[in-house]
Amino acid sequence: MVPTSYYLVLSAILFGLGVVAFIFKRNILTVFMSIELMLNAVNLAFVTFSRSLGQLQGQIFVFFVIVVAAAEAAVGLAIIILIHRNRRTLDVENVDSLKD
Amino acid sequence: MMTPQIAIFLVLAAITVAAAVSLIVQRHPIHSALSLIVVMVSLAGMYLLQGAEFVAAVQIIVYAGAIMVLFIFVIMLLNAGEEERANLSRLARFVGVPLALVFLAEMAFWIGRTTSHLGPGPVESVSTRDLSTLLFSEYVFPFELTSFLILIALLGALVLARREESD
Repeated sequence: MVPTSYYLVLSAILFGLGVVAFIFKRNILTVFMSIELMLNAVNLAFVTFSRSLGQLQGQIFVFFVIVVAAAEAAVGLAIIILIHRNRRTLDVENVDSLKD
Repeated sequence: MMTPQIAIFLVLAAITVAAAVSLIVQRHPIHSALSLIVVMVSLAGMYLLQGAEFVAAVQIIVYAGAIMVLFIFVIMLLNAGEEERANLSRLARFVGVPLALVFLAEMAFWIGRTTSHLGPGPVESVSTRDLSTLLFSEYVFPFELTSFLILIALLGALVLARREESD
């Protein structure tokens, strides 16, 4: 069997790549996708610990995370459509009116 | 000690990390979205490898299916083009990027090191029956709450994306 630590290292790497994408990307859609990547990394850690500790609660939590991610995607994409309609841009550098 | 499971894991891990890097490197959002779908599908393979069959199915159906279709739909609806490359300053390019890589490697190293005593756990896969029994007995209240959350998100998305009447 694959050792638990392998999965956890992969989960950490994926989460780190998600953070990098969140900071570096300029397109608001890609920034949103990097959040999904981070959620996926966390889900992998949940499932891994669930197997390693022999408890099912980790997998239950994965379901809740997926549900929350779906709700977040629906509302977030609606907000993105609204931003595009009002500002005609998808670049996060141009959505900075809270600075003023 | 290269068991078939470890070989499958390594292949899937390589695909996952490559697709995640591709998400960052690609400039067109639709290419990033397709990379993310590859990440999700190979993560579903990892769940199968860990015996979490139902989670793997849900991952494919909900994540790679529903959520990413929503993303791609919005990308096409807004006709999103290529993004401009973020201009890295010289300090960020020559100090920040290596520091970030070192931090990432160190985090992965220590997580691997401190959890290496954990065994791989029971081999048998989790039955969907046990999972649903737990979900509908002990966690039935959070489960009902998530249905509320979905309803509110649905209403919120409708209210937000509705086109204003011009009266």
